[in-house]
Amino acid sequence: MSVVMRYSTPAIVLHWLVALLIFAGFPLGVYMHELPLSPDKLKLYSYHKWIGVTVLMLVAVRLGWRLTHMPPPLPDGIAAWQRRASAITHGLLYGLMIAIPLSGWLMSSAKGFQTVWLGVLPLPDLVDKDKALGDLLAGVHQALNFTLLALVILHVAAALKHHFIERRPFLQRMAWGGKERT
Amino acid sequence: MRMTGLILLAALAAPAANAVEYQTVLPKQSTIHFEFRQMGVPIKGGFKRFTTQMTFDPAKPEAARAQIEIDLASIDAGSPEADDESAGKLWFNRSVHPKATFVSSQVRALGNNRYEMRGTLTLKGKSRDMVVPVTFAPGKNAATFDGAFVLRRLDFGIGEGMWADVNTVANEVQVRFRIAAIGN
Ligand code: HEM
Repeated sequence: MSVVMRYSTPAIVLHWLVALLIFAGFPLGVYMHELPLSPDKLKLYSYHKWIGVTVLMLVAVRLGWRLTHMPPPLPDGIAAWQRRASAITHGLLYGLMIAIPLSGWLMSSAKGFQTVWLGVLPLPDLVDKDKALGDLLAGVHQALNFTLLALVILHVAAALKHHFIERRPFLQRMAWGGKERT
Repeated sequence: MRMTGLILLAALAAPAANAVEYQTVLPKQSTIHFEFRQMGVPIKGGFKRFTTQMTFDPAKPEAARAQIEIDLASIDAGSPEADDESAGKLWFNRSVHPKATFVSSQVRALGNNRYEMRGTLTLKGKSRDMVVPVTFAPGKNAATFDGAFVLRRLDFGIGEGMWADVNTVANEVQVRFRIAAIGN
């Protein structure tokens, strides 16, 4: 059995940290939206924003790392179109992981609520309070999120397919089981 | 022509010569704003409709009086959702207490056009004595009276029940007002 090549440790840590935050922030966003106004709603909105800003910061670091560290080559036997599809999907995932928190931050400003990360670090309002813009950005934020949901499902399905159906130790690429490419 | 010019000149010079009594408030140039923190986020708001009755003579500040009545329905609480919420029983209970009033009781000169105004603020049926620093600026067209003070909302039962938690919505509300008035 050949040794599985894996991503570097920082790439793996960042991948799972960001994935965890997204799996928490997404359902939170869907849930909090419908609540009647209450202190709990205000808290959940803040947590959701803090999660989003944290994702934005981590993804900035992650992109910096990615651009300076090549991922391990894909195993043999994966069709060319799948390699292309995976490159495109990963690119889109990165784009969305930046665009979604950004759209949320701008939406918040347009709705007249500054974003204060963890209640202590105020982010600048990049747009002025503007109801129409706020409503527009809310639509954009939602559309981007459902695009992300679809892509994540595709992404997870592809990873699981390579691993379980094609029976290759594929998930180890993003885990500590394999051997790090050096 | 010469005559009219002279009268005009005299009229313009008059305020400088004799002390003016400021009594006519200009509502369009007068404002009430407030700011508070919600989950650490500064939220700005204000009241658009309020009436002010006042009289102020810089030569006799002790005789000054002010009375402000605020229409709570004219609130901007930061968002339409918050505007609606603020009308409810837990907040202003606006159907029972539609107005807030401030009535001055004493004005003291601190020098340098600064004054200390004492008075009673009544909100939601509760009255509290307040001390408000006010700065007077004569100005060309209208004089302005700027004041700022911190109001603790829980002193007036503004935000009861679940909203009494000051970690979500802070107790302190920074209030700033400007009253513009002309003399007669
Ligand atoms: C249970 C959920 C997930 C599993 C099992 C999973 C698994 C994987 C695996 C195995 C890889 C390596 C792919 C390769 O070698 O080409 C990978 C890469 C990647 N994953 Fe996930 N992932 C999950 C969730 C997520 C989420 C929620 C996101 C973000 C929205 C995400 C974003 C990415 C990105 C951008 C890459 C490409 C890394 C690069 O090459 O720079 N993943 N994932």
